[in-house]
Amino acid sequence: MKARAFKYFRAESLEDALQAFDRAGGEGCYLAGGQSLVPSLSLRLQAPKLLIDISRITALAGISRSGNVLRVGALTRHAEMLTSPEIARHAPLLRRAAPFVAHPAIRNMGTFGGTIALADPSAEFPAMTLATDAEFEIASLAGTRTTKADGFFRGLFETGLQPGEILTAINIPCFGAADRCVFDELARRRGDYALVGAGVQANFTQDLVSKVRIAFLSVGPTPLRARHAEAAITGRALSADAISDAQAALGDDLDPEDNEETSATMRMHLARVLLGRLLGRLSQPDCMRQDEVT
Amino acid sequence: MSERVPIELEVNGEAVAKYVEPRLSLADFLREELELTGTHQGCEMGACGACLVLLNGKAVHSCLMFAVQAHGDHVETVEGLSQRKAIADIQQAFHNNNALQCGFCTAGMLVTAHELLSRNTTPTRTEIRDGLSGNYCRCTGYQAIVDAIVSVARSRAGNVDTPASPGERGVASS
Repeated sequence: MKARAFKYFRAESLEDALQAFDRAGGEGCYLAGGQSLVPSLSLRLQAPKLLIDISRITALAGISRSGNVLRVGALTRHAEMLTSPEIARHAPLLRRAAPFVAHPAIRNMGTFGGTIALADPSAEFPAMTLATDAEFEIASLAGTRTTKADGFFRGLFETGLQPGEILTAINIPCFGAADRCVFDELARRRGDYALVGAGVQANFTQDLVSKVRIAFLSVGPTPLRARHAEAAITGRALSADAISDAQAALGDDLDPEDNEETSATMRMHLARVLLGRLLGRLSQPDCMRQDEVT
Repeated sequence: MSERVPIELEVNGEAVAKYVEPRLSLADFLREELELTGTHQGCEMGACGACLVLLNGKAVHSCLMFAVQAHGDHVETVEGLSQRKAIADIQQAFHNNNALQCGFCTAGMLVTAHELLSRNTTPTRTEIRDGLSGNYCRCTGYQAIVDAIVSVARSRAGNVDTPASPGERGVASS
């Protein structure tokens, strides 16, 4: 299939892009890495009259740290999430999720901001913005605003982004010395969309979990936080009992649906298996040393 | 038909200037406008990896971008890699190991192998399999392809004093 005809505009600045969208009167569409948009155009699921290429806007690129916050430019490629020392040090949960994102050639083009703005419920990074308590910087002709990842993912491919707005950067609280994180997923083949995936980031006071965020992908129409499971282990040591309480509590957090490849029952079972494995790994004080485990 | 727009880019080291429809994929541009048919098209949606080319030194799906997006960029196809002998040893190893049967996937496999070995000179079999996860082969079962790439890594490591590809241009270190 070939895309419907469209006009192409390469924006040199954010202002340039926002104005082009405005002029297009609802017929415009932003293009960053294009790894989901281009197939969607080819399949004619979308047919905008104007494609606004934002991939060359330098203000949207780069990773920088300011105080306790790591600012990841929206155009950061998935491949860079995998190789950046800043990501590995200050946002290791994203580093651990990165090898699971698509395949190497897709990672060379796909962008961190793009995958969050698209909000595919089976994508790794949107869910991990929930687990890392990320904040999004968003620009429009009216100015800029920020919003938390919590509450941003509203429905299937539906986010808090308004038409014309551009996600410009993702701010992630820097990982602390008393923090631990783990990520894993279950898929039929490496690189396939996960049947279930999850990431956990926790702050420990000695052996006790003082704060924890658990986020799942591929279990519903949006990336999801498992708040009941989080509550089940908060203030406790990650004993076998605590872990099994969290697994039980997951029933109140997730409500997967049957689909052609997996029944809801099986997906729920796999989510509990995965959470058990992840919390087991998280209970090991040295779990952050296995840095190159992918 | 929509209005054609001018693009200028470098393909296999040569400057190219053409007028293209914005909706023309880079893969179609290479195959139909430049007759570089070594780049194959299987799925046209980024799943099979037959259309991989190097964009500014990094492997990308030429079916997942429009030619206009490559304006000002450097594109290298399997023909370019082959002509400047950057992948001569990989091609020979594929031949020696029977790492191809029908050959449809081979151009993409070579581009992936080239990029993988540029960034990791001593990949494990697991790393090679992971690197190949976006390349479909329906003939070989992959074993022979992994064998071929392992053998290239070994022979390149045995000749560390000799640059494997003297003309190498800015391949990503990522």
